[in-house]
Amino acid sequence: MKGMTIIVKKTTQLIAGMIFMYGIYVIVHGHLTPGGGFAGGVVIAGSFILVTLSNGGDFMKLLKEESGTTIVESLATILVIVIAVSGFLFGTKIFFNNFLPKGIVGHLVSAGVLPLYNIFVGTEVAASIFIIFLSLIIFKEESKG
Amino acid sequence: MDLTISIIVGFMILGALYAIHARDLLSSVIACGLVGYSLVICFLLLKAPDLAIVQIVVDTITLIIMVAVVLDSSREESYFKLDSQGYISAITAVFLGLMLLYFYSVSIQSLDVLGKSSLRMAKHYIEGATQKTGSANLVTGVVFDFRGYDTMGEAVVLVTAVLGVLTILRIKGKK
Repeated sequence: MKGMTIIVKKTTQLIAGMIFMYGIYVIVHGHLTPGGGFAGGVVIAGSFILVTLSNGGDFMKLLKEESGTTIVESLATILVIVIAVSGFLFGTKIFFNNFLPKGIVGHLVSAGVLPLYNIFVGTEVAASIFIIFLSLIIFKEESKG
Repeated sequence: MDLTISIIVGFMILGALYAIHARDLLSSVIACGLVGYSLVICFLLLKAPDLAIVQIVVDTITLIIMVAVVLDSSREESYFKLDSQGYISAITAVFLGLMLLYFYSVSIQSLDVLGKSSLRMAKHYIEGATQKTGSANLVTGVVFDFRGYDTMGEAVVLVTAVLGVLTILRIKGKK
């Protein structure tokens, strides 16, 4: 898959970082404003897809090592389950127990474990969406060569 | 507001019908995007900004991937002639669809009007949820605290779907 013209490449260099930061903002503020792990994760995957589309498939040097995103995705899912199980170990013995202190409603660091769930779900969603897109490119290149 | 939502839903039905019958696959994909973005406006009118954000982002990404696939392969739709096996399949599909329609019409008779929900659990979720979960966004509180199992299942479903995509799309087997 070839890249696009230099205008598209330069515009992507300007915009992709901002899209990535916006995705992180949506994930981190998921317990305060609308949005959350799923929406922010897809925004982050969108920034990666933008870079890949404008610069071509071999820009990221990922053609043979596509296992990185799969590992990130599986790790994020396992971490969600680990946090859920750790509700057993602290405080009352309930699965998915919100064991951390709640803090003040409306602050960035509040709501116990909910921001952690948001972050891990966001990581997992970003990795899954991006790997679906990458697999479309990679297997096409493999079938050619 | 009911009238507005009805007009938008009618628009969505038109877009979906056009997506099926378009000759050019690219315009069919664009018509699919019409359905998705109209759904965003419906979610905003029904006061669900969380869902609207997710829908607009996912729809954009899906549209990009589908346009890339269509531009990379072919814009012509391939047609098949029906043989006897095809007729049997078509009759079975129509029969199943009619059965589904009947059971659907039976099952929705006890439900409320769209947007005027009076579910039993909803009252308990809304009352004092901010104090119980500590989250200012009620949706996140419900999704990750009261309904934690559902969210974990959702994440596992996504992982399984990606594994299935990788298995199907791989052309050369590993040795």
